[in-house]
Amino acid sequence: MKRWGLWFLGLVAVIVVAAAAFFFLPHRLDAVASPGPAAGPDLIARGEYVAQAADCAACHSVPGGKPFAGGLPFTLGFGTIYAPNITPDKETGIGTWSDAEFVRAMRHGVGKAGEDLYPAFPYAAYALMSDEDILAVKAYLSSLTPVRAQAPANDLKFPFNQRYLMRAWKLLFLPGERMTPDPSHPPEWNRGAYLVEALGHCGECHTPRNALFALDQERKFAGAEAAGWKAYNISSDKQTGIGDWTDRQLTDYLSKGHAEGRGSASGSMAEVVDHSLRHLTPEDIRAMVAYLRTVPPQTSDLAAAINPNPPAAKAPSPYAPPPDENTRETVGLKLFQGACASCHGWNGEGLQHSHAGLAGSQSVNDPKGTNALNVILHGARMDTPDGEVFMPGFAAGYTDVEIAAVTNYVLGHFGGKQAAVSPADVAAARR
Amino acid sequence: MDKPTYARVDGATLSPSTRRRFLQGGALLIAFAAMGRRKAWAAGEEPSLRMLGAGDADKDGAAFQGFAPGGFIRIGRDNSITLIVPSVEMGQGIYTGEAMLIAEELEVGLDQVQVVPAPPNEELYQQPLLKSQSTGGSTSIRGAWVPLRQAGAAARQMLIGAAAAQWGVDPAECAAQRAIITHRPTGRTATYGEVVDGASRLPVPKDPPLKDPRDFKLIGRSVRRVETPSKVNGTAVFGIDVQVPGMKVATVTACPVFGGKVASVDDRAARAVPGVRDVVRIDNAVAVVGDHFWAARKGLEALDITWDYGPNAGTSSNGIWADLKARSETGQPVQARRDGDVDGAMKAASKRVEAVYQLPFLAHATMEPINTTVHVRPDACEIWVGTQVPTAAQGLAAKEAGLPVEKVILHNHLLGGGFGRRLEADSIGQAVAIAKQVDYPVKIIWTREEDIRRDIFRPAYYDRIAAGLGPDGLPTVWTDRVTGGSVMGHYFPGGLEQGKLDDDAVEGAKETPYRFPAVQVDWVRADPPVPITWWRGVGPTHNVFVVESFMDELAHAAGKDPVDYRRALLQHNPRSLAVLNLAVEKAGWGNPLPGGSGRGVSLHDSFGSHVAVVIEAAVDPAGLIGLKRIVAAIDCGLAINPDSVKAQLEGGILFGLSAALYSGITFAGGRVEQSNFHDYRNLRINETPPIEVHVVQSAEGPGGVGETGTVSAAPALGNAIFAATGKRLRSLPFRREELRSQGSGRDVLSKGPAGREPADNDLTRLARTGE
Amino acid sequence: MITLNVNGETHRVDVPPDMPLLWVLRDVVGLNGTKFGCGIAQCGACTVHLDGKPVRSCILPVASVGARAVTTVEAVGQSPSGKKIQEAWLALEVVQCGYCQSGQVMSAAALLARNPNPSDADIDAAMAGNICRCGTYSRIRAAIKQASQA
Repeated sequence: MKRWGLWFLGLVAVIVVAAAAFFFLPHRLDAVASPGPAAGPDLIARGEYVAQAADCAACHSVPGGKPFAGGLPFTLGFGTIYAPNITPDKETGIGTWSDAEFVRAMRHGVGKAGEDLYPAFPYAAYALMSDEDILAVKAYLSSLTPVRAQAPANDLKFPFNQRYLMRAWKLLFLPGERMTPDPSHPPEWNRGAYLVEALGHCGECHTPRNALFALDQERKFAGAEAAGWKAYNISSDKQTGIGDWTDRQLTDYLSKGHAEGRGSASGSMAEVVDHSLRHLTPEDIRAMVAYLRTVPPQTSDLAAAINPNPPAAKAPSPYAPPPDENTRETVGLKLFQGACASCHGWNGEGLQHSHAGLAGSQSVNDPKGTNALNVILHGARMDTPDGEVFMPGFAAGYTDVEIAAVTNYVLGHFGGKQAAVSPADVAAARR
Repeated sequence: MDKPTYARVDGATLSPSTRRRFLQGGALLIAFAAMGRRKAWAAGEEPSLRMLGAGDADKDGAAFQGFAPGGFIRIGRDNSITLIVPSVEMGQGIYTGEAMLIAEELEVGLDQVQVVPAPPNEELYQQPLLKSQSTGGSTSIRGAWVPLRQAGAAARQMLIGAAAAQWGVDPAECAAQRAIITHRPTGRTATYGEVVDGASRLPVPKDPPLKDPRDFKLIGRSVRRVETPSKVNGTAVFGIDVQVPGMKVATVTACPVFGGKVASVDDRAARAVPGVRDVVRIDNAVAVVGDHFWAARKGLEALDITWDYGPNAGTSSNGIWADLKARSETGQPVQARRDGDVDGAMKAASKRVEAVYQLPFLAHATMEPINTTVHVRPDACEIWVGTQVPTAAQGLAAKEAGLPVEKVILHNHLLGGGFGRRLEADSIGQAVAIAKQVDYPVKIIWTREEDIRRDIFRPAYYDRIAAGLGPDGLPTVWTDRVTGGSVMGHYFPGGLEQGKLDDDAVEGAKETPYRFPAVQVDWVRADPPVPITWWRGVGPTHNVFVVESFMDELAHAAGKDPVDYRRALLQHNPRSLAVLNLAVEKAGWGNPLPGGSGRGVSLHDSFGSHVAVVIEAAVDPAGLIGLKRIVAAIDCGLAINPDSVKAQLEGGILFGLSAALYSGITFAGGRVEQSNFHDYRNLRINETPPIEVHVVQSAEGPGGVGETGTVSAAPALGNAIFAATGKRLRSLPFRREELRSQGSGRDVLSKGPAGREPADNDLTRLARTGE
Repeated sequence: MITLNVNGETHRVDVPPDMPLLWVLRDVVGLNGTKFGCGIAQCGACTVHLDGKPVRSCILPVASVGARAVTTVEAVGQSPSGKKIQEAWLALEVVQCGYCQSGQVMSAAALLARNPNPSDADIDAAMAGNICRCGTYSRIRAAIKQASQA
């Protein structure tokens, strides 16, 4: 009995020590090789391209602020995380980081002081990157003008403020190795996989998460909700994904933020296009499309499937609604007449800019209206090859009832959906 | 309808050389000033118009040859007739109204004249009611009514005199019509152009007899406005449309916090924008000059400006409201009026009613954004702009340019809306400060965002009003405490001394159409940390909302019909009683309405006119307000151009309804939170109900009109909402969310969608789901 | 260089492709009848026609105009619907300050051209995008109806 007890105590001690070691031993800092043949301006240019493809600026800048100077808040259920300054400022940025420290952060989610970083920083995706690309990004960031800007301290509730717990999360979800080409697929597909999975980290928004906030890879790209926006199903499902989009539609959407008959990107996706995708080469966009085509279909919300023949299709022109709608004169229609029709047009064609075209848009086909409501409230903007396109946000000038009414009108008119966005939904979406 | 004929209008049509000749030609001036001082007139002097600032010598070398009997009239040998009107045209139809006053007595048709705006000159064009050369406060016709007719009559008398002398006949045997003088006994005729030389040599008659109103041919008839054709075919020249050779275009951003300054500017990116010519920094703003507005705007967006926000960086609407409330309760009021035993009557009252009303800051949001074109040369400064205050603008520009005032040439233009905004010359001063740093003419255009955020606002007010009712339910005592900033203190040089009354703050409260046995009205001055100024309807727009809403509250408290209640207080005021009766009769007051609908009335005596408005509105269970019908009645004395009176009422009411429903400027972090028409919203055509305006036939002297409809709007709508819902909204803009029916879907549905078939499914559903 | 057909005349303009047509018309071509009101397509003051169809020129990139014929308020009177609208505007004395009226006339002329007999609802749908601060809406409605009878 006594021996058993000692054995048990010993076991507990070993577990405690092992656990303590697991959670609290300092992280290793592996040496890294030099970034390879590219150097100087070439390396910086490559780093800029990779940083764009990895969309670093989206999170590490605040709207209207200095690029990469950090400070963007991420409001989570358990507190707020702020993106840090990644300009080469020595005190508030990453000016004193070594190459090895930078690679460790990107690959293992470990900060300069050895602290564990939260996976809001998508190192689970960046872990798949090559060392060369990571170091090119570092070279590019180091070439920027240092900006002195201290990001606010994170504000997280216990136990989420205990960084060491991330080690357990990483043990479960962090890929052990970088991406290697799959010889069963052509190089274009492999390049696309690298762009989508490693750099673009598309799954961070488009793949549902499990109970531990990790991506549910069984449901890859089935669509998810993040920060109040819907990231739609981008699997190859024909009805609820992108399976029946043409190659042209996909390349247009990715590179311009708009595709004829598919509407325009908004919210976070508009930012992705703006900061990242529109800067990619046509070859890289084609590679992404090639890869996305092969992602297994996932069926999501059938109610949100695109309605090919909504009332908008019956509008006689962009300049007038269908007669039966016009005679009803609902509140939503009247608001649309005043504030919306000048750009969107009654038939969904989009006036002045094709980006205002709503025909076939996923956002106006989702009866929950999540993204449509967000855009109506908060507006949208994007730089395109034709210049800036934008929509003002109508939150301040219109009541919850009015916003609900016009949102429901838009979903009914352009999506043919019986939508039920309520004033309470609007109030919640105002944030 | 008669075939329309139009006068020609200045702006596009008056060539620079003509303008110069006009400015330089020797002229005898019959102007407002003459009526006050009579010096120039009586002495027959010809004050040169050179002092108006026509800096260049007349390059054509030709002075005006013809008849210029005063500041308002010029007639050439070629029969060209130019009427120089003292007020600026900003939509109110004053070019036409004032031209009618002159033309009536001059005996010319409006189709025979060209109408031009007066150049800046206080001596000649000082408006007798405003005591400055300004257009505002619905004073133009009242101020011009006698002097402009006298000017026309004097000129006609001189022309007839010249013809009679030429013919050797008695002037009394001659008459003029449509610029032709006829010797009645012989039928001999002469055109005005044929006798200008003789007329020019005659003395200006002192007190020319004016026509009997029964003989008016123009005044009192609805005539076509003189400048309308140019406004439907694109040829009208507003300030923003001016094109000057060599001109560049700029846009500007001032510190988003009032009182803030530029700390530093990194303009490298801005200068790299194609088409950008210059980046100009002034104390509190940075402008980018480009070949065109687009380059300037792109450049402005590329600027990296560091601001020193100054002391107002913490200003917020919440703070301003808390301050107004505290000062209303504890501040030292300035008494505007105290009649009767106020305290005793309040104690003796059988019922006491009191309420707090709150009115927001308002922007003007004229359709034409703020703009000024300036060319500063070493020896002169030339300005093209649309302004309500040409001389004040000239003075400010002179100061800014460091030039004597006579070296500032200001060309006034059509205004794309004024509403009080263009009583301020801030943007003109700013434009000169920018333009003096470049050596070419520059047109500075504010973006709409700049126009809203750097407006000078109608002040916010926090008003506490109370009344005691007698046994008959009528008020025995009335007290109204206004709390807000001093517009006059902001506006007039030297400000308003503390402890002095700002008449504007209590206009419409101090005097109401009603008679009360005891009354006290006072004002607590609480200047906000943001600039404030006039806004259409000025004092009465603010005070009449409070007075007329509260009058309805009293009627309700007394259990009386709001119209009957007012009638009982109007027995001393027949003109107001008459417009009230006319409006309610035409509106069918008392006729049944569908559920959820109601009629509201408002009445006021302002600007020398009496106005009653009835608004019929429906309120949905979802809280949406539908405007159904508007009926207005106005007694403005003799209506010069009755159709213009109607137009002003129609437009003024809608302007007021836009504000009542949607407008309010708010502050956070020292910044204005609104920026453009998506968040500073305006009524649209699909919300506009039928409007009827009934103009009372009257022989009284003319009253003001332009402001009156705006004054009527908010209280009439608030009272209609109360009639429809039983909810009294005491804050502007109306918090429409408060009108949403609470409770179960059944309760909401039982009310039914107001005034409509229940086919409006989205609304019923919204109301049901909208908790 | 971009080639534009404005009111029947050809103009070659050297401007950035994303420059809105409004500013090309006003600051380069020199046609100032078309007005700047908001710059965000909320007020309609900048309305012109492309091949007879109304657009908000304040956000229309000039490069996207292409070969389409631009008609501004200066020339809209040459079309039957534009002429009728202008005449009705004068007959009913619609205008006050006039700044928005170029856009109102252009929207109304386009409405009348595609719908010779517009109902109140049709007028709402076509005209609600044009803001008038002076409040001339009831006369605009009446004038469109009068023009449709002309």
